Amino acid sequence: MTLESVLSASEDLRVPDVSDTEAVAAAGAPRRSRVRALLARPSLTLSVLVLILVTAWAVFPSWFTAWDPIDGVPADRLQPPTAAHWFGTDNLGRDLFSRVVYGSATSLAATSVAVVVGLTVGSLFGLLAGFLRGVVDDAVMRFMDVLLAIPSLLLSLALITALGFGTLNVAVAVGLASIASFSRVMRAEVLSISTAVYVEAARVAGVRWYTILRRHVLPNAAGPVVALAALEFGVMVLAISSLSFLGFGAPPPAPEWGSLVAGGRDYLAVAWWLTTLPGLVIVAVVLSANRIARALERDGGRR
Amino acid sequence: MRSEIVWLRYVGRRTAQGLIVLWAAYTVSFLILYLLPGDAAALAAGGSDQDAVDPALVAKLRSEWGLDRPLWEQYVTALGRALTGDFGLSTQTGRPASALLAEALPPTLALTAFAFVLSIVLGVGLALTASLTRVRWLRNVLFSLPPIGVSVPVFWIGLLLLQAFSFRLRLFPSVGDSGFVSLVLPALTIAIPSGAFVAQLLARSLRATLVQPYVEVVRAKGASEARVQLGHAFRNAVIPTLTMSGVLIGGLLSGAVVTETVYSRLGIGRLVVTAVNNRDVPVVQIVVLFAALIFVLANLLVDLVYPLIDRRITLARSAFAVA
Repeated sequence: MTLESVLSASEDLRVPDVSDTEAVAAAGAPRRSRVRALLARPSLTLSVLVLILVTAWAVFPSWFTAWDPIDGVPADRLQPPTAAHWFGTDNLGRDLFSRVVYGSATSLAATSVAVVVGLTVGSLFGLLAGFLRGVVDDAVMRFMDVLLAIPSLLLSLALITALGFGTLNVAVAVGLASIASFSRVMRAEVLSISTAVYVEAARVAGVRWYTILRRHVLPNAAGPVVALAALEFGVMVLAISSLSFLGFGAPPPAPEWGSLVAGGRDYLAVAWWLTTLPGLVIVAVVLSANRIARALERDGGRR
Repeated sequence: MRSEIVWLRYVGRRTAQGLIVLWAAYTVSFLILYLLPGDAAALAAGGSDQDAVDPALVAKLRSEWGLDRPLWEQYVTALGRALTGDFGLSTQTGRPASALLAEALPPTLALTAFAFVLSIVLGVGLALTASLTRVRWLRNVLFSLPPIGVSVPVFWIGLLLLQAFSFRLRLFPSVGDSGFVSLVLPALTIAIPSGAFVAQLLARSLRATLVQPYVEVVRAKGASEARVQLGHAFRNAVIPTLTMSGVLIGGLLSGAVVTETVYSRLGIGRLVVTAVNNRDVPVVQIVVLFAALIFVLANLLVDLVYPLIDRRITLARSAFAVA
């Protein structure tokens, strides 16, 4: 649970973050120095590069590794990282780096599905609550309060019990467990926009509610919701890899980052690379996603 | 005399709200588990081999478990039983789900309590040290730790600690439950992400508090930095952290579930993971309810403590009404 995702879910808590000097400078600057501003923040550039690399792994895995992720060479089992096998080999002689690379497709696809599910369902609830207000608002928000009372891992586990195992079900379960945060952010935005003067003017001018929604409410509400989506991306990578570690993801031999770490558990004493290296990849991805989300949140708030 | 009545009414209102949240959590978990696809009876009858399921057996199980009743009737019956403490029988073992929970509770409670203390110590310690120190590089290093702490998977930290301190250095046992010593590594595993969360929260609210006018006044009166931060700012900065206690404890519980699996410990973690593997609905439901209960209790406790910390908070309407 990252701080920002929890804060967006809790409407009572508004603790302002005071140290935003660089964001103030970067926002509103013309195009070319926006790029320069990006380069001036090395951690942000690094984060973007890491995510681009991992996405490339997912889309073009064969560019990065010649080894097969499923068929191993049993004679080469449990080798430490060498020039031939960058991440070493596992107990069946499969190259670990290639399994991580091919696994990024599964893990990233699952995370994307989870983000889309959470964003869509959560925003829908938030839209309903913010637009219709009254009883609907109360009902939706009390429902979200209850969802927040249950830790998201347990909520996902309950959903998996009902839906079944497999990568898609894990993704949907993780996505649904996050709808509380998305609905709150969407609702807050919709509330503040619907009470704005230009929306009132549009309504008075006779514009239909669905056109107001499409032209005014949704485009303006999008910013903070997208920032939250970036943040939830990192949170969901962690959640999905945890569930896959526990064994509820894709069945073997399909590689998935969490299950790769789980597979290394039995060889903990003899093969440190099996658990450490896939985990490092997860950490790098989550760190990058969080870094980008923080930057989006600050810059988005300036607008 | 009047203030006691106000306090009692406040406690009563908070308790009633907590009970409503619990009831709603029960309803939500009931809906999730009974409404979504997956026929519990077919799964129990056939296990993983769904083709070899005997329809007569499935029908028998369905009527035995009341699954052929309309949903609302199932709900009301189940709710009634739950209020008397009967949360159903585990489909794996046939034992009452509540008994299984009661057995799994002590080791998890011990682990979670220890992890809670550790995360508070680590988180508050880090935030305060980073805030107080004048050494620039130390401050930067300390402030860069929490974002990393919340980005690492719990299971990975657990395995790393196990490798480093248990296998390599042989400082701690890796399996079994030999008392306090076995608790250290698992508790530390959970405490790292949770402590990082606490540190982030406290650091943020300390930053916001230290720019307040009254802090400037205290500084102008000649107080040392330590007195300013520890004596004045901290008490106010801690309030948002308290608000998040429920979420924090929920996170500790989630961490415990994963950590118990990593360290092969007995507890709620093993209980719920086995239950999910076997689609054991009553057990999954009671664990979810337990988590909601802990959350409600934590929030209740925090609500009772609030007025003691911040005199401005009145008990009139909500915990956030300022006199």
